[in-house]
Amino acid sequence: MSKQQLILENGTVFVGEQLGSSNGMKGEVVFNTGMTGYQEIMTDPSYFGQIVVLTYPLIGNYGINRSDFESKAPFISGLVVREAQDVPSHWRSEQSLDAFLKSYDIPAIQGIDTRKLTKMIREYGTLRGKICSMDVDASEVVKELNKWELPTHQVSQVTTKMSYTSPGQGRRIVLVDFGMKKGILRECVRRGFDITVVPATTGAEEILNLQPDGVILSNGPGDPKSVPDAIQMVRELLGKTPIFGICLGHQLLALACGANTEKMRFGHRGSNHPVKDLETGQFMLTSQNHGYTVDEKSLELTQLSVTHLAINDQTIEGLKHRDYPAFSVQFHPEASPGPEDSNPLFDKFQQMIEQTKKAGVQFA
Amino acid sequence: MPKRQDIKKILVIGSGPIVIGQAAEFDYSGTQACQSLKEEGYEVILINSNPATIMTDTDMADRVYIEPLTVSFVSKIIRKERPDGMLATLGGQTALNLAIDLDRTGILDELNVQLLGTNLESIDKAEDREKFRALMLEIGEPVPESDIVTSLEEAKHFVEKIGYPVIIRPAFTLGGTGGGIVENEEELNVIVENGLKQSPVHQVLIERSIAGFKEIEYEVMRDANDGAISVCHMENIDPVGIHTGDSIVTAPCQTLTDRDIQRLRSVSLKIVRALKIEGGCNVQLALDPNSDNYYIIEVNPRVSRSSALASKATGYPIAKVAAKIAAGYHLDEIKNAVTGSTYASFEPSLDYVVTKIPRWPFDKFDAANRKLGTQMKATGEVLALGRTFEESILKAVRSLETDTMHLHLKESEELSTDELMAKIQKADDRRLFFIAELMRRGSSIEDIWKPTKINRFFLMKIENIIKMEQHLKTAKNDLDTLYKAKRMGFSDSIIADIWGASERDIYTLRKDNGMIPVYKMVDTCSGEFESETPYYYSTYEEENESITSNKESVLVLGSGPIRIGQGVEFDYATVHTVWGIKEKGYEAIIINNNPETVSTDFSISDKLYVEPLTIEDVMHVVDLEKPKGVIVQFGGQTAINLAEELSNRGVQILGTSLDAMDQAEDRDRFEQLLLNLNIDRPAGKTAFSIEGAIDIANSLGYPVLVRPSYVLGGRAMEIVYRQEELERYMKNAVKINPDHPVLIDRYLVGTEIEVDAISDGETVYIPGIMEHIERAGVHSGDSIAVYPPQSLSVELKDKIIETTIKLARGLKIVGLLNIQFVIHQNNVYVIEVNPRASRTVPFISKITGVPMAKLATYVILGETLEGLGYKTGAHPEPEREVSVKVPVFSFAKLRSVDITLGPEMKSTGEVMGRDITLEKALYKGLIASGMSIPLHGSVLFTIADHDKEESLPLIKRFYDIGYNLLATEGTARFIREHQIPVTTVNKIDGDAPNMLDVIRHGEAQFIVNTLTRGKRPARDGFRIRRESVENGVVCLTSLDTVEALLRVLESLAFSAESMPTFAKV
Repeated sequence: MSKQQLILENGTVFVGEQLGSSNGMKGEVVFNTGMTGYQEIMTDPSYFGQIVVLTYPLIGNYGINRSDFESKAPFISGLVVREAQDVPSHWRSEQSLDAFLKSYDIPAIQGIDTRKLTKMIREYGTLRGKICSMDVDASEVVKELNKWELPTHQVSQVTTKMSYTSPGQGRRIVLVDFGMKKGILRECVRRGFDITVVPATTGAEEILNLQPDGVILSNGPGDPKSVPDAIQMVRELLGKTPIFGICLGHQLLALACGANTEKMRFGHRGSNHPVKDLETGQFMLTSQNHGYTVDEKSLELTQLSVTHLAINDQTIEGLKHRDYPAFSVQFHPEASPGPEDSNPLFDKFQQMIEQTKKAGVQFA
Repeated sequence: MPKRQDIKKILVIGSGPIVIGQAAEFDYSGTQACQSLKEEGYEVILINSNPATIMTDTDMADRVYIEPLTVSFVSKIIRKERPDGMLATLGGQTALNLAIDLDRTGILDELNVQLLGTNLESIDKAEDREKFRALMLEIGEPVPESDIVTSLEEAKHFVEKIGYPVIIRPAFTLGGTGGGIVENEEELNVIVENGLKQSPVHQVLIERSIAGFKEIEYEVMRDANDGAISVCHMENIDPVGIHTGDSIVTAPCQTLTDRDIQRLRSVSLKIVRALKIEGGCNVQLALDPNSDNYYIIEVNPRVSRSSALASKATGYPIAKVAAKIAAGYHLDEIKNAVTGSTYASFEPSLDYVVTKIPRWPFDKFDAANRKLGTQMKATGEVLALGRTFEESILKAVRSLETDTMHLHLKESEELSTDELMAKIQKADDRRLFFIAELMRRGSSIEDIWKPTKINRFFLMKIENIIKMEQHLKTAKNDLDTLYKAKRMGFSDSIIADIWGASERDIYTLRKDNGMIPVYKMVDTCSGEFESETPYYYSTYEEENESITSNKESVLVLGSGPIRIGQGVEFDYATVHTVWGIKEKGYEAIIINNNPETVSTDFSISDKLYVEPLTIEDVMHVVDLEKPKGVIVQFGGQTAINLAEELSNRGVQILGTSLDAMDQAEDRDRFEQLLLNLNIDRPAGKTAFSIEGAIDIANSLGYPVLVRPSYVLGGRAMEIVYRQEELERYMKNAVKINPDHPVLIDRYLVGTEIEVDAISDGETVYIPGIMEHIERAGVHSGDSIAVYPPQSLSVELKDKIIETTIKLARGLKIVGLLNIQFVIHQNNVYVIEVNPRASRTVPFISKITGVPMAKLATYVILGETLEGLGYKTGAHPEPEREVSVKVPVFSFAKLRSVDITLGPEMKSTGEVMGRDITLEKALYKGLIASGMSIPLHGSVLFTIADHDKEESLPLIKRFYDIGYNLLATEGTARFIREHQIPVTTVNKIDGDAPNMLDVIRHGEAQFIVNTLTRGKRPARDGFRIRRESVENGVVCLTSLDTVEALLRVLESLAFSAESMPTFAKV
C-alpha cells in the first residue's frame, strides 16, 4: 500500500497509508467522536471543505450502503482514520470505504495516530491541513497552508441549484437548503408535510409566495455571517410564518434577531452531546456538528430566549422567539448519525404550525 | 433534584459468596455504592456474607455485618439498625431476590424501610418471563414468539405461523434434555414427539429460534426524572445461543451501522423507561444479520457483570452513578469523575477497541463438559484494550494465563482438520483457538462462517492475525514486519517462536530500534475534553500520554482473572497494598486486567494500566515508570510467576527476596532449610521421571500426596494409594520432565492448621491460627476454617507459633507468609510455606482487626513491625467469639464435575459465620453457604468400606436427634449390625425406590457419600453426587464436614432419649 501524508499548518506531518484518492486536497481539519455514522458524516454537506478525523479507530466495518446517505455525494475534502476495513461486513453494504472515496476522488489517510491529532486540534483549535502523496515537499505545503484563507462561501456550493418539491398530504413547508442533510427532509416526509425545498439564495418574498405553513432553515457549512442575504431573508419571514432553524439555520435565526455568533475553538462534532431542555428540565443526547455558536451575551438586546443548553460547556443549543412562532436548535434532531432523542422537535414544529393556524396569523 | 433529605440511613445488600455467574463484579459495584453514598453524607449499613471482599472492610460502611444473606438474619439487622432506605440493586440477583423476599414478609412496610432505586414492581416486570413479554407486547417491542404445546399438531400450527427454525424445550426436564433446534418438519416430528415423552407434564415450549443472530447488549441508566442514557453497547462475537458471560465480547459494537445502533439504543431506552428503572440496567437484544429484524432477549434490572465490564471499558462508573440515582440525583446533576468537567448525563465515546474473554475452569476440571450454552460456566474474565481489534484480542488472549501467548493451542495441532471442523460446530472454550488453527491450515472465512455464524468481520480479523504469522515466517528479523506485527498486538514470545529466537532477543531488538509501545488514556470522550483519568492501555503509535511524575513510585502486579484457586481474596490484598503504598507517600501503580474487580477501578491507584500480566507487558510499564520496585506478593501465583524473570531483567522485587521465595518453593532447598531449623515435615522427595516417582513412593510408603511444583490451588494434586494409581497419575495428570518435576510426599492423616503471619525479617507477628474442620488431604481452600482453633492444645499452639517464627526468620520473610501444618500423632509437621498473601488474608484481617496487607506493605517499604507497634508473637485470641470460613462451590453450573473434596481446590468462593460458639458460627456459615438445615428429616448414607467404622458414631448421632436413616445395601447392613434402624434403598440401577428416586423426590435432606478410594470416580458414587447437586440436595463427602453439621444439628435439637430402665437389684 502506498504511503500518504497529512500536513498541518503548524508544521506537523503525519505519515500513513493511502486510502481513497492520492489527489492532494486542502481543508480545515476537524474531528468527530461518533463511533458509527461515517457514511452520514462524509455525506453531510455541513462538512463541505473539511478534512474529517474520525476518532473511533475502526472505520468502514459495515461498508457503504444506498440508504445511509445524507446527500447525493460526499462533501468532505478528506478523511483521516486509524484503520479502514478493506472488506466490509453488513447485509446492506454495497461498497467498501476505500472504493467509495476513490470513486469521488477524495483523498484519505489511514494508519496514523488519530488520537494524537485529535488532541492537537483540541489544544490548537481546528487546523488547516492537506492530505497528499509522499512526493510533495512538506515545507512547501506548510507555507501554502499558512497563506491559504479558509473558504467563506461554502453554502453556495452545497445548496440546491433549483427548488424542488416533495408532495405530501399535510401542511405546506418550505425547507431552505443551506446544505441540507437528507435526514431533515426524511423527518418532514415522515410527518406528511407537503414540502418545497428551495435554494439558499431564495428571498423572503419568493418563499412567502409559496404560501408556506412553516419554514425550516436547514443546516449547512461554514460561518453564518457569510450568508448575509439569508439573514435578511429570515428577518423578513419572522412573524409571518412559523420558523424552525437547525444548526446553521439556528445561527441564522439568531443573527436575524440581532444576536451575534462566534467561532469556537474546535466545535462540537459527535453523537454524544448532552443538551438540557430548560423548559422541561429533561436532558437528551444529541448529534452535533458545528464550529460556530451563538454568543450568549449578544442575546440581551434581542427578543430571543434560551431553550437549550449544552450540559458540558453551557453553550447555547436552542433559542425561541418571545413574540413570534420561531425556534431553533444548534444540534441535529434528525440525527443520522447519532441518537434519536431530540426527534420530537419536529413534532413540536408541527404543533407550532397548528397553533399558529388556529390563532389565525395573517400573512402580511 | 438534589439528593433525598428524607433518608438518613441506608442498608446496602451485598451479593454473598463468589459463584459462577456472580463474581467479583459485585464487590466492585458494592464498594462503589457504599463509597458513593457515604460521600453524600448518608449513614451506610452493609450486609454481606462474603469476607473476601473489599466491600466488607470495616471502613467501607459505617457498620458492616458479615452475616448470612437470609430473610431471618437480614430482618434481625433491619430491626436493630432501623434504616430509612435499602439498596438492593447493586448486589446481583442474590440481593434482588432477598429484597423481594423481605418485602413479602412485610417487614419493610412495618418498619417503613423504603427500597431505593428501581422498585420491586419494576423488578418483577423485568424478571417474570410472562409479565415481561406482556410489557414488550404493550410497548410494541418484539420478543421471540413462543407457545406451550401439548401435541405435535399444536407444534405444527405454531410453525405454520412463524416458520422455521424453532427451538423445542421440554417442560420440567433437567438441563433441557430432549430439546433442540428444529429446521424442518421431519425434525419437528422427531423432536417434539420425543420432548413430549420426556416431559413429565407432557408439554414442550416451542419458540422462534434466533440462533445465529448478532447478540447485542446495551448498558443503560435512567433517573427518576426519566432522563436516560446508554453508557455502552457491546457485541458478542459468538452469536445468540451462548450465555453472554461465556461469550467473547467486544465494545463498542463493530458490525452495526449507525442506524442499527440508534434503533437498538432507542429501543433500550424505551424499555428502561417503560420499566421505570432507577439506576443501571442491562438490555440484551438479538439482531438479524440479514435484515433489520431484532428481538429483545432479556433485561437485567440492576447492575451486572456486563455493567462492570462496561464501566471498565468506558471509564464510566455505572455502579457509583446508580447509587447516586438511588439517592435521588438526576443524571445531569452528577459530575463525571473522569473528565471532572462533564456530567453523568453523557454517553462515553471510545477511541479504542475493547475485548473481553471469559476465563473458564476447565483447566482444573478436566472431566467437565466444556460445551458452552445457556448456562454460564466461566469463573472470571479478562479485559484488553487496543487500537485495533487484532491488538485487543491478542492482548486479551495473553491476559487469560492459559499457557498460551497467542491464538495458538498446542492441543489443536494434534487434531485433524475434520476433527477441528467438528469441534467448532458447537462452541466450547477453545473455539477461538480451533478457528485460528483451521485458518492456519487454509480454511476460508466461509468455511468457518458456515458452522459458527460468527460474523465475517471477526473472522477476517482472525485471518489477519494468521496472515501476519505467515508473513513473519518469510521476513525473519525484518524490522518493518516486526513493527507491523507489534501494532497488530503480537507478543514478543510468538514472534520469537516464529523466528527461532528468544523472547528477550526480540525485546532487545525492538528496544534497540525504538519500537516501544505508547500508553493512551481511557478518557470517556475520545480526546474531546481534557481529562485526568490515570487509566491507560498500551499500543504502538506516536504519542505517549502516560507522563511519569517526579514522585517515587511502586508497581503492584494484580492477580488477573478470577479462577478457582485464585479468587477475589487476591484482589482484596492488591487493593490494600495499593492503599498502603499511597499512604507511605509513594505513587502506587497497578497492572491488572480483570474488569470485575475493585483493583481495576481507576480511582483506587495513582495509575492503572490495564495490560496482560506477562513479562513483556510488565517490563514495558517498568521501562516507562522506572518504579522503585515491584511488589509481587499480593497478586497470587500470577505475580509470583513473574518475579524471577523481572529480577533477571534488573527489576527490584520489594519485600521477601526472590531467593527466599525459591527456597520455599524448591523442594530440596526447602528440605535443607527445615533440616537446619529442626522443623518436621512429611517425608517427601522431588521426582523428575515416572520411574523416579515410583521409587520415591515405594520408599515413603503409600498413601502419598503427589503434585506438580509451582502451582496454586492444588491443581493436579492427588492422594495416591497404590502404585497403579501413581502410574496413571504420572501419565495422565502431569507432564513430568526435568523442568517440571513432581513433588511426592508421605500423606499424613491429621488435623490441618493454617497460619498467616507478617514479618519484617526480625519481628514476626501472627494475627491468627486457623484450624480446619476437614482433615489434611482436603485442599485448604475447600475446608471449613475455624478461628480461633477449638481443639488445639496450648503446647501444640506454642509449637506452631514457634515454628512460624523460625520459618519467617529463616526465610528472611519481609511481608506476608502463610504456612500449612498437619498435626499427626500429636506432632506438628509443616506441609507448605507460601511466602506471599494467602486466601485467608481478608478473613483473618477482618476477624482480628489486624490490617495485614497494609502492615505487610509498610514493612515491604522499609518500616519495622516494632516501629508499627507489633512485637513478635501471636495476636491475642478472643474468648467468647468463634469465626468460621465456609467454602462455596458452583457445582450445579459445572456438569460432569465430581464434587468430592480432595487435594485439588474446587470451591469458587467463601462465606463467614461468626458467633459466640463454634456451633452457632458453623450454623451461620453453613446457612450462608446456601445449605438448608432442617431439624428433622432423612439422611442417606453410602459409605466406603474403609470409612465405615469411623462413620458409625456419626450415623448414631443422626439417629439420636431423630433423623430417619436411609442407606444402600452394604452400608445398611453395617448399620443394622450395630442395632440402629435403617431403611435400605436400592442401588442406582436397582428397582424402585432406588437411590435416584430418593434424591430426585427430595426424600433425603442430606446425603453422605464417601469415596471408594483414589480419584477414579466409582461410577455409582459419581452419579449419586452429581444427582444430588443437580437436585439441590446437600451431599457431604468428608466425614469431618458431617461431624461439623451434626454439631450444629445437635445444638439446635434436643435429643429424644427415653429414660434409663431401672437397674436390676
